[in-house]
Amino acid sequence: MKNLKKTTKVDFATYIGVTLAFLIVSVLQGRDMLTNAMASWLVPVCCFIVMAVSLNLVVGISGELSLGHAGFMSIGAFSGIVASMSLSEAIPLAPLRLAVAMVVGAACAAVAGFLIGIPVLRLRGDYLAIVTLAFGQIIKDLITCLLVGYDKRGLHFVFNLDGLRSVNDLHLEEGGVAIIKGAQGAVGVTKLASFPAGYILVMIALVVVLNMIRSRTGRAIMACRDNRIAAESVGINVTKYKMIAFVVSAALAGAAGALFGLSYSGLASSRFDFNTSIMVLVYVVLGGLGNIWGSVIGAAVLYILPEALREFADYRMLIYAIVLILVMLATNNDQLKALVGRIIPRRKEAETNG
Amino acid sequence: MKKSIIRFLSLALALVMVLALCACGGETQQGPGPAENPNTEAPATEPADDGGNEPAGDEPSGGDNEPAGEASGTFKLGGIGPMTGGAAQYGMAAMTGAQIAVDEINALGGPVQFEFKAEDDVNVTDTAINAYGRLKDWGMQVLVGCVTTTPCISVAQEANTDRIFALTPSASSTDVTAGRDNMFQMCFTDPNQGLSGAEYIKTNFPDAKIAVIYKNDDAYSVGIRDAFAGQMGDSIVYEGTFTDDTQTDFSVQVAAAKDAGADVVYLPMYYQPATVILNQAKAIGYAPTFIGVDGMDGILDQENFDASLAEGVLVMSPFAASSTDELTVNFVAEYQKRMGQLPNQFAADGYDCVYAIYNAIQAAGLTADMSTADICEALIATFTSDSFSYSGLTGQGMTWSTNGEVTKLPMAFLIKDGVYTTP
Repeated sequence: MKNLKKTTKVDFATYIGVTLAFLIVSVLQGRDMLTNAMASWLVPVCCFIVMAVSLNLVVGISGELSLGHAGFMSIGAFSGIVASMSLSEAIPLAPLRLAVAMVVGAACAAVAGFLIGIPVLRLRGDYLAIVTLAFGQIIKDLITCLLVGYDKRGLHFVFNLDGLRSVNDLHLEEGGVAIIKGAQGAVGVTKLASFPAGYILVMIALVVVLNMIRSRTGRAIMACRDNRIAAESVGINVTKYKMIAFVVSAALAGAAGALFGLSYSGLASSRFDFNTSIMVLVYVVLGGLGNIWGSVIGAAVLYILPEALREFADYRMLIYAIVLILVMLATNNDQLKALVGRIIPRRKEAETNG
Repeated sequence: MKKSIIRFLSLALALVMVLALCACGGETQQGPGPAENPNTEAPATEPADDGGNEPAGDEPSGGDNEPAGEASGTFKLGGIGPMTGGAAQYGMAAMTGAQIAVDEINALGGPVQFEFKAEDDVNVTDTAINAYGRLKDWGMQVLVGCVTTTPCISVAQEANTDRIFALTPSASSTDVTAGRDNMFQMCFTDPNQGLSGAEYIKTNFPDAKIAVIYKNDDAYSVGIRDAFAGQMGDSIVYEGTFTDDTQTDFSVQVAAAKDAGADVVYLPMYYQPATVILNQAKAIGYAPTFIGVDGMDGILDQENFDASLAEGVLVMSPFAASSTDELTVNFVAEYQKRMGQLPNQFAADGYDCVYAIYNAIQAAGLTADMSTADICEALIATFTSDSFSYSGLTGQGMTWSTNGEVTKLPMAFLIKDGVYTTP
């Protein structure tokens, strides 16, 4: 144990912490000790943990401010829903269908991430942030125009760009179902998502992201972040490594989206708007940029916080905002850091080690 | 160093005080209704339905489901709607309307009392499910909600699985009720609105050229438009769309409608974007007949809007705050006292939901100690029975079909001299 590297220890502690949390919650759920409200948090918390971890790869590790992460979640959600609904006869086994839907969601989001990454990653700083924001918005608006139906002949797509078409233009056969109805979003979705599936997805995301960071690829990505010119001068292909981070992040967000989409019977693309992107960014920033376990905790705490504050009725959002500000102040307060440093002296030395 | 610690501590202390204050506020939220009433008391006292404040309610006489006994007890009503965020005005209105009805019923002091708790869903699906879970923990027996369509579809599915009776004030899509026997609507369905709009135009403007401007990222607007367009076919000469992000400028759509020579413009949308359209049409000297839907109700009270622009606009709504019947006048006065503004159709729908449930509980003779599933089955049977009908703010003699849709007459109002008049 002793000769393990510090980072490896932290990584394993993250895996163990997540697993312990899963086991405790599962046992509580099995014994019926969770309230209905708590039970309804489980799957969305898993989804947003994956969202935060994957966004941390772009914002924290790759150092690019992306404001369109909800767009990838949206692509994953709707492609996952389409896959699951159209395969409901081919794959009757629900967990397998969920897995297939998540893979399809991840693949679609990865393709979108690649296409968007080509122009976006040529930009830097503020410009990159603005363009990702625009792409997030474009994805939302395109899905609003999308009509998808399924019948015996297969899938039917109609793009309602001029606003003159409706579900009838899908010309579905008898017994066909409209899966995505434009602005109304997906309705009549069969719920497949479960907490164990959410746990597995979180673990996959952690394994992928943590191993990537500790690998040669991860070091190259961080080198590009820290000093682009120096990285280029030693022969690192900056665009390639930034693209790897961007696409992996998009794929994980797509899988999270598929899980999210399949945990509700109806979902509209307006759920994945700019606000959702910003919320995920807040989870990442409050958890700590580049700090993966911080993202896990940040997402879980900040998703649950507004729900836990329902006792305060009208003041709920006000208190939520106050808590966010206080956390920001507290984590940036040098005196407080020094105080913590004195209580836990080892922490200081960990900081100097990076 | 010391100073900063003191500063931090004082900040923390201030926060604790704020929290404590809010906790007090939260507790006083509970309605002022009478405290826990004895629900197992023998109902030898007078029955609750002796006219009075109650909407021209009609006790179903005879019928298949003769009351099994006297209804009694304190029923827990849950409400879900957006009370923060962009759609907050709809949720606030519906939940305040429901609260007014609950307070009125409790003030009657009859054997049936209500406890009402409204939860916020921010018009977001997952938050709505969380709110629903919270209400279930609280012991909700009947659900009034959700207010908006998209969250309602998911909540309806959960309520269907859990067998909790739900009556939504305003989630108007047919997807809300489809395939769920316990989900009922107080409002018209979107297709119904579109069809009655088409019907009205065909009768009153037989040869009109029609333009439609609708919001294509809004389920409500699209639902009405699809049914309307399917019915009108070729007489539509122009269709323009907009989204949430582009609802501040309609010069393109209005000019195109003018160029297409439309003399009737159908506006299936809420009143806020409609005010902009009316303004811009006036600016280019375009004066067709504008026909709105029930979302148009409220246009006369929009701040910073010159109400004279709405002159001649037709509003197809089940509710008008300017009605002079006693029920509406009382409701409008109470709503204004609480909220400081005129109630819109959402508020009236919320109010009607509670009274419809109240009447149904009495008709079925339910007691609050029955299981939620039993209450659900009994209410389904009552709502769909031929003998049950309800008259309230938003219509007379409303009945419900087995698929949960309400049947009531839409009313068309012409805005004349700043008030609603019947054309």
